[in-house]
Amino acid sequence: MRNGAILPLRLSDVSFTAGGRTIIDGISLEIEAGPSTIIVGANGAGKSVLMRLMHGLLDPSSGRVEWHAREHRGAPRKQAMVFQRPVMLRRSAQSNVAYALKVAGIPKAQREPMVRESLDGVGLAHLARRPARVLSGGEQQRLALARAWALHPEVLFLDEPTASLDPTATREIETVIRAFDAAGTKIVMATHNLGQARRLGDEILFLDRGRLIERAPVEQFFSKPQSAQAAAFIKGELPWT
Amino acid sequence: MSEALGTALKLLADLDPKLVEIVLLSLRVSLSAVAISALLGFPLGAAIAVGRFPGRKTLIVFLNAFMGLPPVVVGLIVYLLLSRAGPLGGLGILFTPSAMVIAQTLLILPIIAALSRQAIEDAWREYEEQLRSLGAGRASAAFTLLWDTRFSLLTTVLAGFGRAAAEVGAVIIVGGNIDGVTRVMTTTIALETSKGDLPLALGLGVILIAIVVAVNAAATLTKDLAQRRYG
Amino acid sequence: MDLIRRLLLLAALAAALPALAQEKFIVVASTTSTEQSGLFGHILPAFQKKTGIQVRVVALGTGQALDLARRGDADVVFVHARSAEEKFLAEGHGVKRFPVMYNDFVLIGPKADPAKIAGGKDILGALKKIKAASAPFVSRGDKSGTHIAELDLWKLAGIDIAKEKGPWYKDTGQGMGPALNTASAMNGYILADRGTWISFKNRGELAIAVEGDKRLFNQYGVMLVNPAKHPNVKKDLGQAFVDWTISPEGQKAIAEYKIGGEQLFFPNAGAPGA
Repeated sequence: MRNGAILPLRLSDVSFTAGGRTIIDGISLEIEAGPSTIIVGANGAGKSVLMRLMHGLLDPSSGRVEWHAREHRGAPRKQAMVFQRPVMLRRSAQSNVAYALKVAGIPKAQREPMVRESLDGVGLAHLARRPARVLSGGEQQRLALARAWALHPEVLFLDEPTASLDPTATREIETVIRAFDAAGTKIVMATHNLGQARRLGDEILFLDRGRLIERAPVEQFFSKPQSAQAAAFIKGELPWT
Repeated sequence: MSEALGTALKLLADLDPKLVEIVLLSLRVSLSAVAISALLGFPLGAAIAVGRFPGRKTLIVFLNAFMGLPPVVVGLIVYLLLSRAGPLGGLGILFTPSAMVIAQTLLILPIIAALSRQAIEDAWREYEEQLRSLGAGRASAAFTLLWDTRFSLLTTVLAGFGRAAAEVGAVIIVGGNIDGVTRVMTTTIALETSKGDLPLALGLGVILIAIVVAVNAAATLTKDLAQRRYG
Repeated sequence: MDLIRRLLLLAALAAALPALAQEKFIVVASTTSTEQSGLFGHILPAFQKKTGIQVRVVALGTGQALDLARRGDADVVFVHARSAEEKFLAEGHGVKRFPVMYNDFVLIGPKADPAKIAGGKDILGALKKIKAASAPFVSRGDKSGTHIAELDLWKLAGIDIAKEKGPWYKDTGQGMGPALNTASAMNGYILADRGTWISFKNRGELAIAVEGDKRLFNQYGVMLVNPAKHPNVKKDLGQAFVDWTISPEGQKAIAEYKIGGEQLFFPNAGAPGA
């Protein structure tokens, strides 16, 4: 049919240096299907870079990033990413979603129902014809999710998706993410909102200065952090969540 | 100066057929040159904007520099190419409006390519991650960005049109300023100046400026309306 | 977006297609002073009416006009510099030279007349006085027929102008109109063809100082560019034009051209030694 199942994803001793600085320092891990994975860490810990290495936007300076099956050019992607700030083309909301389908090679006739379904799924059907760029921040982020959802990806990466949004919009986004998760999409999300991590996550990956310090189921991480850095991090961050 | 304005208004009021012919030819030549330059220049600018290849920076420097090509030089080069004694003489298009279109196209192609490259490179910076995440290849992304930056590109087109409509050096050499055949506004102004009929020359100048302003106004209005719609 | 692209393409194609019907035409290389005198505007419609041939005049300086023909970019030359024309023929670029008409030069000068030559009939004497007085003199300096005539007159007056000129002699490299503008602006003397002078509107303090000297007569010649050397030349159409200008009909048309009631050009086809 299309590409084969791409999970699990394996990182083998992956490092990333840029401008003389080592941003990711020898990380090895495996991402499996199923539980939603939340990546937390202080600013500059390397969360965003790690996400981009996994998604393929960056190539590692050393080490390997290997998916279970290779994706083929021209076939619809099995992974999608939502960024902190949504990037929309200067066209209508539905055109933006249709564009993603077009890039994926979905023939024109099939696109319309898929676009409608995605917009319905995030509650934006009434804004379908509106120019995407005049929507509010929260609406645009929902649109980004709809765009990602349209292709039913196996993995959805989210890089601090609610960092720029107010609490109401944040709640709306979290609802959509939970729906993705329930539908079987693997969620890999970076956030510095620890409350959000607790709400949405099944497991936590804790990064500090480019290294993977701790990996644990969510409740265990917050109640009984194994590493000194994690403990300090939780203590320090908690007042702000 | 007021005599020039008076002359200009009288010319317009009379709607002298010779004047109309000259204005129409000017528009035809410059608009054609702009259309062809856009057709060639936009993809070129987009390709340079999103492409990565050796010598790219040098190419950009040259492209930007060529925005200031002296029209006389371009005219001379095109003349030597199209002259019977030149490599393309067999085409027999010297001293025709086609030659003028070619010369003006060469003149404004760098402007369109360089400015569109800048616009699309700026857009690429904003869109690159998202487009690559969706799986778009560079070529496909370039075309997507061309449409997305269409408002900036309209300004680029206007810049090109302004340059073409205002120049005289290129069209006078390759066109020959032939009465009724290749005489345009700028070459007519040059002719009347050299004949000493300064009020007429100024009057024509006022008309030329008015036309360019009108074109700009219409395009800017369209752009503003559309921009408000699309954000 | 597709639609817009298609429209743009159509526009480009439509513009590139020559709007001119594929009519018969020839390119005649002539001089700026002839074109600006308005002569062509008067006689060419008559020719086109008779033969259906459109004449496209490219007006340059005499030197440039002949060079244009040397490159094969014109079918006929119609200029007024006999020595340059003979050279052109000798090089094999022209078929035969026919005298067509003449007009005359006039020496223009400021009404203040620093060289004290106004009203004279001796051009050579006038030039000598201008040099003696170091009065400002504007030269076209552009290889044109007028320029060549001016240089010939200095030589006849016994002055090696290239060596003997001073800051009073302004070598401008301009066409007749711009040179007259310059003379008007600086109140200088200048040799001009009568036709351009009559049409010239920016006179300032200038007026005719010397005229009527036989040495000021300016002979025009017409030549078909040699098809043997330039195969693209429209031989038959070009020859038709040459023949017409020296025919009684063409000569009459030339004589009938007047500015302000004054005849500018005097037909003399067939005149011996012209």
